[in-house]
Amino acid sequence: MSTPRSSGYFRTSYERDAALVDTRTQKAWLGVLAIALTALPFLAGSFTLDLANQVLLFSIGAVALMLLTGYAGQISLGHAGLLAAGAFTTGVLFKEFAAPVWVTLPASAAVGALIGLVFGLPSLRLRGLYLAVSTLALHFMVIHAGQEYETRRGFSTGVVIDAPISDPRAWYFVLLAASVATILLSLNLLRSRTGRAWRAIHGREAVAAALGINVHWAKLSVFVISCTLTSVAGCLFAYYRGFVSAEAFSLFLTIQYVAAVIIGGIGSILGAVLGTVFVVLFPYAIEAAMALLGLTGRLSSVIFAVNYASFGLVMILFLLLEPQGLVGIWRRVQAWLLLWPFKQKPLGK
Amino acid sequence: MQLAVNIAVLAAIYALIACGYVLIYRTSRVLSLAHGELMMLGAYGLAATASLFGGHPLIAIAASAVLALTVGVLVYVMLMRRMTGESVLAAVLTTIALGILLRGLMILMFGTQTQYPLQQLGWTNASLPVGAGARISAAGLVLVAGTATVYLGLFAFLRLTRWGIRMRAAGQNPLLAAQRGIRLHGVYALAWGLATFTGGMAGMLIACDAGIEATLVTIGLKAFPAALVGGLDSLLGALAGSVIIAAAEVLLINYVDPLLSDVVPFFVLLAMLILRPWGLCGTREELDRV
Repeated sequence: MSTPRSSGYFRTSYERDAALVDTRTQKAWLGVLAIALTALPFLAGSFTLDLANQVLLFSIGAVALMLLTGYAGQISLGHAGLLAAGAFTTGVLFKEFAAPVWVTLPASAAVGALIGLVFGLPSLRLRGLYLAVSTLALHFMVIHAGQEYETRRGFSTGVVIDAPISDPRAWYFVLLAASVATILLSLNLLRSRTGRAWRAIHGREAVAAALGINVHWAKLSVFVISCTLTSVAGCLFAYYRGFVSAEAFSLFLTIQYVAAVIIGGIGSILGAVLGTVFVVLFPYAIEAAMALLGLTGRLSSVIFAVNYASFGLVMILFLLLEPQGLVGIWRRVQAWLLLWPFKQKPLGK
Repeated sequence: MQLAVNIAVLAAIYALIACGYVLIYRTSRVLSLAHGELMMLGAYGLAATASLFGGHPLIAIAASAVLALTVGVLVYVMLMRRMTGESVLAAVLTTIALGILLRGLMILMFGTQTQYPLQQLGWTNASLPVGAGARISAAGLVLVAGTATVYLGLFAFLRLTRWGIRMRAAGQNPLLAAQRGIRLHGVYALAWGLATFTGGMAGMLIACDAGIEATLVTIGLKAFPAALVGGLDSLLGALAGSVIIAAAEVLLINYVDPLLSDVVPFFVLLAMLILRPWGLCGTREELDRV
């Protein structure tokens, strides 16, 4: 499913077909986006800047999950556990050995890769539900290990970490760089042989194997890459919050990541980003809506419950009514604008 | 001896919840991750009816049981029915979404304080002696007896009655079953109703024993490994799995570390997934159909 385009557009070479940005309009829009993203921290207030940082941080994990679930079709319910693994690796190394960033970041990545390998192994034999369940088990084990560390060492409320940078504006650029790097890496992987193999095993494993794709290798690689990226996100999370605690990585966080992938639109990196924006801003939107309705006073103690309920409702609505997610809506709007004032649907869709 | 009693009670809790997972999975090939929340809804349902029919505990219990059955059927008719034929991922995610929706609504409606429906019913939870120095709470005894009754009832229902046989047929081969004139939607709705009923019953009994708190959901989630260890499509397996998980949990908590309580079921689960993914008594071909 590609974006609708006006007529007179032809791809005449393989290079052009594989290019990430190929038309002049796209380049122009990308330039506008880059300028807007660079200008944002100088225009925005501290609250908006924090929101932007949260979105950027969340987007790394969401893109990683999109690779795993959206492209390779492997269900994972252990995403919060992976973030926790990265965060706790950072926390433990910082507390025990006073390790600097250039040690903790690669260490988190290595732990993530190792977990990805270990939990990718069952995926060679398990499919669908069973895989989801084994990743759920992963979540509980990592959280348990974290709690165990907290109680053994007497950090019952959590591990405090000093971040090397504290200025939110500096953080913004660090996180922006990390997020853009993740997206670029993913896009590049997806247009290569590896990415095509992932999509093939999503379609049908037997056919992929018949086409000469090493199914085991493809599955393990997507697990390792996705888990590594998520674990790195966990490391950044630990530094950004300056605090690591097992309570921060509840099952609800996993659900939020999965929701970002679903609401954004399965099988699209743009979808992961749109879904991230939606999921991160959603609680604030609910709070604002409640303030507008004058309910805040009465419901302030149970605001998280309102959040849960409305989040579940939105997820159900998307699953039932718009399985393509926000990306599906965006593409329909694009097609409508392109064809206006006519109503014909583009051919081949 | 006390340990054995504890294991029996915990195994009964897990078995009562696990049979809901098994019923839904075996009939409609959907894994319901909202089962913990549905169970909690049953518990809150009892608390609500207990305060409504204050002087008549039996009416309150019957009303809450009917309520649980109705909720299960409604969940299928209004939500899961529309997910038939969708991918495994979509169906599982729908149940997850339903779960957090229910959790939020329950906190909004009933608050976060621990409730004791048994006191509202006007009964007390006596502690009864069994054998050599061990004690069991009255609610715990009812729990074990109730689980045994439910399992016997389910076996009889699935083997002997018309609807039970239809349910097994729909689980074995939906297409063939539909062509023989079995109404699949009716059968699936019944499965959801029964599963929510047994889950709700588990919730009510746990609530009577220990009160209703937000952590009740975790018990629902921990019962899931029990269902999977036994094999997701086998009731007998669910029973065996519950005993294994409960024994492992109680013994490890007692002899190794109390903090392990939340992870033990998942350790056992992972070991099982590596050695024998289809479970103790499950059908092996399942794996390829998912």
